[in-house]
Amino acid sequence: MVSVDAQTETEMPTVTVDGTEIEVPDGATVLQACELAGKEIPRFCYHERLSIAGNCRMCLVEVKPGPPKPQASCALPATHGQEIRTDSEMVKKAREGVMEFLLINHPLDCPICDQGGECDLQDQSVAYGRGGSRYHENKRAVTEKYMGPLIKTIMTRCIHCTRCVRFSEEVAGVDEIGALYRGEDMQITTYLEHATKHELSANVIDLCPVGALTSRPYAYEARPWELKKTLGIDVSDAMGSNIRIDVRGREVLRVLPRNNDDVNEEWLSDKARWQVDGLTRRRLDRVWIRRDGKLQPAAWDQAFGMIASAAKGGSVAAMAGDLLDCETMFAARRLVNAAGSQLLESRQTGMSYPAGNLAAVNFNSTFAGIETADAVLIVGSHVRWEAPLLNVRLRKAAKRGAKIFIVGPHWEPTYRAEFLGEDASVLHDLPDHVAAAMQGAARPAIIVGAGGLVAGAHGPALALAHAWNVVRDADGVRWNGFNVLHMAAARMGALMLGFARPRGLAELVQAAPAVLLSLGADEMDYAPFAGSLKVYIGHHGDKGATAADIILPASAYTEKAGTYVSTEGRVQFADKAAFAPGDAREDWTILRALADALGVSIGFDSFDQLRTAMVAEVPALGAEGLIDFGPLPAAESAERAGGPIAYPVKDFYLTNPIARASATMQRCSAELLHGEELAEAAE
Amino acid sequence: MSVAQLIKSFTLWEFLKAHRLTLKYFFKPKATINYPYEKNPISPRFRGEHALRRYPNGEERCIACKLCEAVCPALAITIEAEPRDDGSRRTTRYDLDMTKCIYCGFCQEACPVDAIVEGPNLEYSTETREELLYDKAKLLANGDKWERAIAANLEADAPYR
Repeated sequence: MVSVDAQTETEMPTVTVDGTEIEVPDGATVLQACELAGKEIPRFCYHERLSIAGNCRMCLVEVKPGPPKPQASCALPATHGQEIRTDSEMVKKAREGVMEFLLINHPLDCPICDQGGECDLQDQSVAYGRGGSRYHENKRAVTEKYMGPLIKTIMTRCIHCTRCVRFSEEVAGVDEIGALYRGEDMQITTYLEHATKHELSANVIDLCPVGALTSRPYAYEARPWELKKTLGIDVSDAMGSNIRIDVRGREVLRVLPRNNDDVNEEWLSDKARWQVDGLTRRRLDRVWIRRDGKLQPAAWDQAFGMIASAAKGGSVAAMAGDLLDCETMFAARRLVNAAGSQLLESRQTGMSYPAGNLAAVNFNSTFAGIETADAVLIVGSHVRWEAPLLNVRLRKAAKRGAKIFIVGPHWEPTYRAEFLGEDASVLHDLPDHVAAAMQGAARPAIIVGAGGLVAGAHGPALALAHAWNVVRDADGVRWNGFNVLHMAAARMGALMLGFARPRGLAELVQAAPAVLLSLGADEMDYAPFAGSLKVYIGHHGDKGATAADIILPASAYTEKAGTYVSTEGRVQFADKAAFAPGDAREDWTILRALADALGVSIGFDSFDQLRTAMVAEVPALGAEGLIDFGPLPAAESAERAGGPIAYPVKDFYLTNPIARASATMQRCSAELLHGEELAEAAE
Repeated sequence: MSVAQLIKSFTLWEFLKAHRLTLKYFFKPKATINYPYEKNPISPRFRGEHALRRYPNGEERCIACKLCEAVCPALAITIEAEPRDDGSRRTTRYDLDMTKCIYCGFCQEACPVDAIVEGPNLEYSTETREELLYDKAKLLANGDKWERAIAANLEADAPYR
């Protein structure tokens, strides 16, 4: 694959594009040269992040010196002294011809096609086509192919660009989609029409330049021009993927990735994309109070009164959930502190790794940086399920020759990796070749996942990081190879805002607070808090709401503006895309009203004031971008890791309350993960 | 005052001229029609009350492409769609606010399957405003009722399209 970034010391070739002379990076293609000169080149098969196929022929340009015919610019290297023309009569005729050939077998069913309005073929045939058809014979028809619960196929529309095939091979790393037969009879299909099972499979919907692969959950729902587009941040994992939330009326209809080379490139996991239909189901849209063991509808005043009278008899504690924005957590912190308590925690499963120094719990290499690592030790992380987009980065590193070692039970990486054992104690007794590989690497990296943190691997991994000297100058650039991979979108923000007690959840249990504010905490065990008044401030009727004594309906991530910090310490802002249903309010307003009920002051009356107060206390949250957490702390040598590692994610599609409420995610889980079990059960 | 003018005014010439005109129209055929019982002919391109048409086999034509909704300058059309049980693309809701409509005819121009049309009917005044908020059932019923006239109009206008 040719990359523009791969600049060498050699002289940059100079080419002439439509009479303008321009210097292009060595190794660039003619298409890239034209783009640099500001010329639009139509294309279907060419994609910046995929290999070059050169099979759609739409990017034809005239190049001298060369044969006296138009040439495919995407596959032609730019060389010194080339004269490129994109506006000549020959190029115009060539484009019209290619477009006419593509449209020979493409059905003209745009009115019923979901791609209509955002279709490359539609746009380019308007811009570069002839405007009429001379073809009167029968068109080709292709039978439908089943590709699973997310991808809808109308293969008659396929123009054989093979972007989907190249994506699944090169980026996803699974040979799920391929082509059968040749020439006009070519058909894109999954092997034996199995559903695509990869976590990133739905990205082929975005890649498909026509309407051959469209989205099944969104089928016929809306047209692109009807949708209100809002820029948001995904919360389904801790990557902080940049998303665009498409809303019609009050309903979020779909989520699309935004381009951000540092975070998600232009991909998005299937869960982030399609959990949003859970936003309309199982929602908490009114206040509930438990009376005689049963939850009954109530008014806000009643609930606040109960909380205030309970808070008089003891302390207030807050447990932050996994999907929260920083503003909510900051408001909760102000409230709890004003009520005279410090009981703040975010690690719902009871983890208690030291969070005093945030450099030790950050993904220091950054996602873009981990691509350049040449030896990676993964401790207790099912990366493919915990952060599918990080797995794409690791696959890139592996393709560049990085050696990857994994401590933990076996899972299927999409690259060559060596599993070292299921027990965390293997960290103290690493095989010689692993230690040699890590010591010999120029850019060694350690990734500690949630499974590793539970097994106490954080300290030993930190010790290894110091032993292998993973913080160093690599080619003049600072390289910090110590990484912790969180799974909760809110975790880094929570740790920055002090939602971590030294002994974790156990400390909250021991304190036996009179009131436990659960801010959408749905993964924790509420049994030890039997004596507390459990107030659930959240959006879905999940585990937390079931255990709660009082439910205050709040907003989901699409329904409030907020600041999020990803696991690599990147601060990002999200906008509000829709309104919360029923009586549900934005979280901070609930906490503000609760402060009045408790008779304390928390110092802000509006969202802007809240944000200003937050940035005043934690300045790093004020600016978008990576936070520098400083040097790694020293490891406490006494810590020992031990015990079998268990990955916390049991079901990729059902990891948070929104996804668990989503019909699409449930279908994916049933069919893609448990399909074989179900089939066996049916027999 | 000239002599000619004097003669004209004494012979009541203007008066006679007016009477001549009156008598001419008095014996001519009448232009007014007995409206509810008699009607003027209207052009095949007349843009009256809307209707959703069906195919001869009874299948509704509308495929929920939403082009009429997009083109409507008065935002009078609201459409919601989802796959029907047989997998085909159909509307679950097709609302037309006749109080917003400006009868520009863009919707029937935009329609790729001649589903939404403005028919020849112009007598659909109602007693309440709510009755003018048409839904899909009403529009389809209109189509069934006016299909013969609409089809004839479309055929008559076809050579000029």
